Amino acid sequence: METQIETKSKHIKTKEIKISGSEAVIKCLLEEGVELLYGYPGGAIMPIYDELYKYQDKLHHVLTRHEQGAAHAAQGYARVTGRVGVAMATSGPGATNLVTGIADAQIDSTPMVCITGQVGSHLLGSDAFQETDIIGISTPVTKWNYQITDASEIPEILAKAFYIARSGRPGPVLIDITKDAQFDTLDFHYKKCTAIRSYRPVPEIDMNQIEAAANLINIAKKPMIVFGQGIILGKAEKEFTALIEKTNIPSACTLLGLSALPTEHPLHVGMVGMHGNYAPNKLTNECDVLIAIGMRFDDRVTGNLNSYAKQAKVIHFDIDPSEIDKNVQTEVAVLGNVKQTLVEILPLLQENTHEKWLQEFKKLYDIEYESVIKNDLFPVKEGLTMGEVMKEINTVSKGDAVIVSDVGQHQMFASRYAKFNQTKSNITSGGLGTMGFALPAAIGAKMGAPQRDVIAVIGDGGYQMTIQELGTVLQTKAPVKIVVLNNEFLGMVRQWQQLFFDKRYASTEMTNPDFITIAKGYHIAAERVTKREELAVAIQKMLASDEAYFLEVCVEKEDNVFPMIPTGASVSEVRLS
Amino acid sequence: MEENKKFTISVYTENSVGLLNRVSAIFLKRHINIESMTVSKSEIDHVHRFTFVVIVPETLAQKVVKQLEKQIEVIRAFYHTEEEIIYQETAMFKLSTEFLYDEKIQNKLKLRRAHIVTITKNFFIIETTGLKEDIDRLYDKLKPYGLMQFVRSGRIAITRPKMAISELINNVN
Ligand SMILES: Cc1ncc(C[n+]2csc(CCOP(=O)(O)OP(=O)(O)O)c2C)c(N)n1
Repeated sequence: METQIETKSKHIKTKEIKISGSEAVIKCLLEEGVELLYGYPGGAIMPIYDELYKYQDKLHHVLTRHEQGAAHAAQGYARVTGRVGVAMATSGPGATNLVTGIADAQIDSTPMVCITGQVGSHLLGSDAFQETDIIGISTPVTKWNYQITDASEIPEILAKAFYIARSGRPGPVLIDITKDAQFDTLDFHYKKCTAIRSYRPVPEIDMNQIEAAANLINIAKKPMIVFGQGIILGKAEKEFTALIEKTNIPSACTLLGLSALPTEHPLHVGMVGMHGNYAPNKLTNECDVLIAIGMRFDDRVTGNLNSYAKQAKVIHFDIDPSEIDKNVQTEVAVLGNVKQTLVEILPLLQENTHEKWLQEFKKLYDIEYESVIKNDLFPVKEGLTMGEVMKEINTVSKGDAVIVSDVGQHQMFASRYAKFNQTKSNITSGGLGTMGFALPAAIGAKMGAPQRDVIAVIGDGGYQMTIQELGTVLQTKAPVKIVVLNNEFLGMVRQWQQLFFDKRYASTEMTNPDFITIAKGYHIAAERVTKREELAVAIQKMLASDEAYFLEVCVEKEDNVFPMIPTGASVSEVRLS
Repeated sequence: MEENKKFTISVYTENSVGLLNRVSAIFLKRHINIESMTVSKSEIDHVHRFTFVVIVPETLAQKVVKQLEKQIEVIRAFYHTEEEIIYQETAMFKLSTEFLYDEKIQNKLKLRRAHIVTITKNFFIIETTGLKEDIDRLYDKLKPYGLMQFVRSGRIAITRPKMAISELINNVN
């Protein structure tokens, strides 16, 4: 198929290669440095799969067991590597099955490119077999999307897709390619995209704002930082650490900011939010300057906005102008890439100790320790707690593992108690709260960080939402460690029913299958722990194994997560019981 | 509670299919009723201009504008108060030809600077351009004659303040 054409202009001999649209797709992925992608084949994307077959030694395609799994695996890969995750699916049901993962990536700012097949362009709009308007469906949950109906568009559009997905505030992009565009041929030239005239990924830095922020921070008596995933996405962990170590400002993370700063760092004062730590939640309403860095004041962080940090002057560092004043009115907005803005502000900041102020965090931590943490980690009752499972995982992992959590009580226990030494180690579905995220995301994370231990911590409910991905573990031999914390309930919902619906447990009790038998059916080593004395050994055994491993821990059925800010309450009304 | 005001939102965009969906979804998500909408080309080649009229608190107008600008193919978005713009709407009325020589109608047309654009054996068509209120008044006057059809365009508006789109595009190019 290769033809050599001599172009007359400027004495340059360029080789023009006529290739099919589907081969062009593969070449684009290779140009973008993609080594790994997740997906599921079907009619409308078969030409691309045919090329994947030919290029299999250059580009590794992982067959998941459901397209949602492919999207979450791509997310897990992206979150652990900081690179763009790629997922692929056929038209119609294949494409719609990706949507949950796309929405999850959008709200958690995860760089991802999804490629879907589409019916032939002559059939568009005719309700053809497996035609869905995936562009229409995905518009509200993508950073950008585009339907390719002509093969010649492929290189430029895919270059744009990767650029948009990874630049600025990252997010998911969906490219829908009609079957005829996959079959047709084009002259392939690839040029990486570096700018789009209507798109300004990174706002310009305004030195006046930096100075205003520095002045406020320097005169603050009780400053507090809340940092989010922006630090991780902006690769600004070092700059951030330098800032807090110079100023000694107590720093709390959001759920997605977790692991941007080692959890053992003396200035790390825990996590804010609904089930965050007592001290940073309470003291949000006592600080005089609140410095938000790469976070977006989600309602799960702020509780009732009318009584959120009203006494404080708010400084907001962000890359996305639309986040400024969206939920919380700011005094100073520092727009820009946080890696740069933090470097700019550092020399303007004065050294400080904030000794007394830091003591206040310590005091409240001690209260939380006595009434909550001690009982979670060193329970005296018979039943196992989710907290002690996390404690044992920490003992063995020493904080070096990647923890991928699902959604529910176990997620909150994992986030509250997991120790993290390195960045990009906490992978969870934050903004969307997608049950079923963890198992496929852990597979993606393990493939993105093969040298690290990847431990999925999942509830018995969420596990069954994507349990079929055990098939992906079996086929790829991805050595993920799967810990299911089985309370035989949809625990988080049950907790709310207990606290706010007079214990009416409507459809939250689960009759579960024998998870060990299921794991064994997939040839995955498995163990069940029901007693405290078995726990530590079982976790050691799991982490010592070179292969995938399934561990079910039967925990107390009706434990609750505390502290808790009930919906509609203020952060200062955080409850310890 | 912050009071509602009328704002004209101008959105300069690339000319791309599907953008209308993406842009209108931003209003939809916040349950903002779009009073009127017009899409046209703009002063710049290949750049389109959406003109929306909404009645919302100013802080909401600000948030919407930022979220519009966040869309990849939106070049810039602006909101303006009534005082900051010159605006017009166009309307057409279809009436039965039996009223063509009705003096009252003739007078009203003169007063409103409306004119007749087509006359046939059975009907004639009046066109007028003006403020929404002017058109509403003419509508009320003509209604008793039994309007055969009525249609009004969305608002089009030119702003007094500068909207430096060309500079912006040149900077990027
Ligand atoms: C896809 C999806 N459906 C429903 C919910 C609502 N929800 C949030 S937590 C939860 C219970 C989770 O139960 P389980 O996975 O057993 O974890 P546990 O809370 O018991 O640790 C439910 C149903 C959700 N977050 N995601």
